Amino acid sequence: MALLVSGVEILISHPRFYWGEAGNVLTPSLFALPIPASRSTVPTGYGFVLPDQNGWSRYLHFQAAWAAVFTGLVYCASGLFTRHFRRKLVPAGADLSWRAISSSIANHLRFKPPGKAEDGSYNVLQRLSYLLVIFVLFPLAIWTGLAMSPAIASAFPFAVTVFGGQQSARTIHFFVTVFLVFFVLVHIVMIYLAGFGSRMRAMITGRARARKEHA
Amino acid sequence: MSKLSRRKLMGAGLGAVAGASGIAVAGKLAARYGLIPPDHGSVYGPGETLTYASQRLLTHHSLAREFTRSQISKTPFANGAPYQGEDFRRLQAEGFAGWRLSVDGMVARPGSFSPAELRSYPASSQITHLACEEGWSYIAEWIGVPLFHVLNVVGVLPQARYIVYFSMQPGWWDSIDMADALHPQTLVAYGLNGGALPVGHGGPLRLRVPRQLGYKSVKYIARLTVTDSLKGFGKGLGSAPPEGGYAWYAGI
Repeated sequence: MALLVSGVEILISHPRFYWGEAGNVLTPSLFALPIPASRSTVPTGYGFVLPDQNGWSRYLHFQAAWAAVFTGLVYCASGLFTRHFRRKLVPAGADLSWRAISSSIANHLRFKPPGKAEDGSYNVLQRLSYLLVIFVLFPLAIWTGLAMSPAIASAFPFAVTVFGGQQSARTIHFFVTVFLVFFVLVHIVMIYLAGFGSRMRAMITGRARARKEHA
Repeated sequence: MSKLSRRKLMGAGLGAVAGASGIAVAGKLAARYGLIPPDHGSVYGPGETLTYASQRLLTHHSLAREFTRSQISKTPFANGAPYQGEDFRRLQAEGFAGWRLSVDGMVARPGSFSPAELRSYPASSQITHLACEEGWSYIAEWIGVPLFHVLNVVGVLPQARYIVYFSMQPGWWDSIDMADALHPQTLVAYGLNGGALPVGHGGPLRLRVPRQLGYKSVKYIARLTVTDSLKGFGKGLGSAPPEGGYAWYAGI
C-alpha cells in the first residue's frame, strides 16, 4: 500500500511514459496519463500544478521496497521449506488441461460458488494467478525498479538492456503495478463473493474449515 | 501458561536480543566503512542506509554505462530556467573569463581555477544517461576534467571523506563520498555534445556525477570543500536536497 501510494506520487511528477533508454518532455511519449502533474515543466493540458511530494515519496517507496523484499524472502523460504508452494500452489497435472482450465473459467463466469473440495485448497485459476503474482509480477516489479537506478545500471548493465533501456524498465514497472492492483481488486471481490467473514477468519487463523464451523 | 509456551517466550526473547545486538554490530561496522548516509536520522533512515550501504558494496568501482554517438538525445532537456543572478550575469557578459572554482578544506594546496585552466588539463568525455528523479532522462556527451585530477592538483589529505560542492545559484549545494569523488567518470564538466556547456545545462562549470540522479550534478559550481565530516554544513544532512525532503544519496 505504501509502495502504491508513494509510487503514484512519484508518477505524478512525470506522468509520461517512453520506450528505450531516454525520454523527456521534448521527445514524443509512448503514452501519457491524462492527469495533472506536480511539475510545471510537464505539459498536461491542466492549468495548475500539483504540490511536489516526490521527496518523502521516494524515501518511503525505497524503504517499503526493502520491507517487501525481506518479507518476500521470508515468505518464499517458508513456502519452500514447508512445501506450501508445491502442495498448495503448483496445479496438479490433470488440472492443467485446457478442458479443466476452461471449465474453471466457466464456473467463475457463472458466479458458481466454490464447492466443498475447494474449502481447504485453491482451484487451478487461483493457483496459476498466485504463482504469476509471486514468481513473475513481484520479481519483475523489483527488477524493473532496480533497473531504473543509475548505480545498479552501472554495476549490472544487462539488468537494464534486457528491457531495452531505462525508460522501458520504467514503463514495464508501471504496467506490473497495474496488474498487481488488478489482482488485489479481483482478489477482494472474490473474497466477498465467497463469504467475507469466513474467508477472513480462515486467512488469519489459517483454518481451512472455518467456513463449516461458522456456518 | 504451559511450559512449552514459556520456553517459546524465552526463545523469542533470546532471538530478539540476538537480533538487536546483531543490528547494533552491523551499524558499528557500517559506520566504520563509511556505509551510513548523512541523512540517516529520519524515519526513512533504515531504508536509506540499506540502499546506500548495499549500492556502495555492489557498485564501488562500477562504471556508468556509455552510449554511442548515435544514441545521443536530439533534445537534451535543460531543467529549470538559467540562473539570472546579478553576479552571474556580470561574469556571463565577459564570457566567464572571471569565473573561479575555488578548492579549500582538507587539501595541501588550496587554490582556485579558471575555466581556461581547467581546459588545459587532460580532458575526458563520456556519453552517459542523465536521469531526473521525476522520471525523465536524456543521453548526452559531457566533456570536462575528471574531478580526481583537480583533487590531485590541490593534494587531498588522507583523512578526507567527502567533497562538498557549492553552486553560485543560492541554495544549491551538495556532497559526494570519496568513491564518487575519485571515480574516473566524475567530471568538472565544461562541454556538452561537442560545444561549450550551455548556461541552461549548468555552464560554465557543472559537476557531473553519472552514477547518481541528475540533482547530484549541480550546475554553476564555484567552490569545492574537502572534509571528513558533513556535520558542519547546513543542517548537517550532507546537502541541500535532504533539507527539502530529498535523499542525499541518489544512486537509485
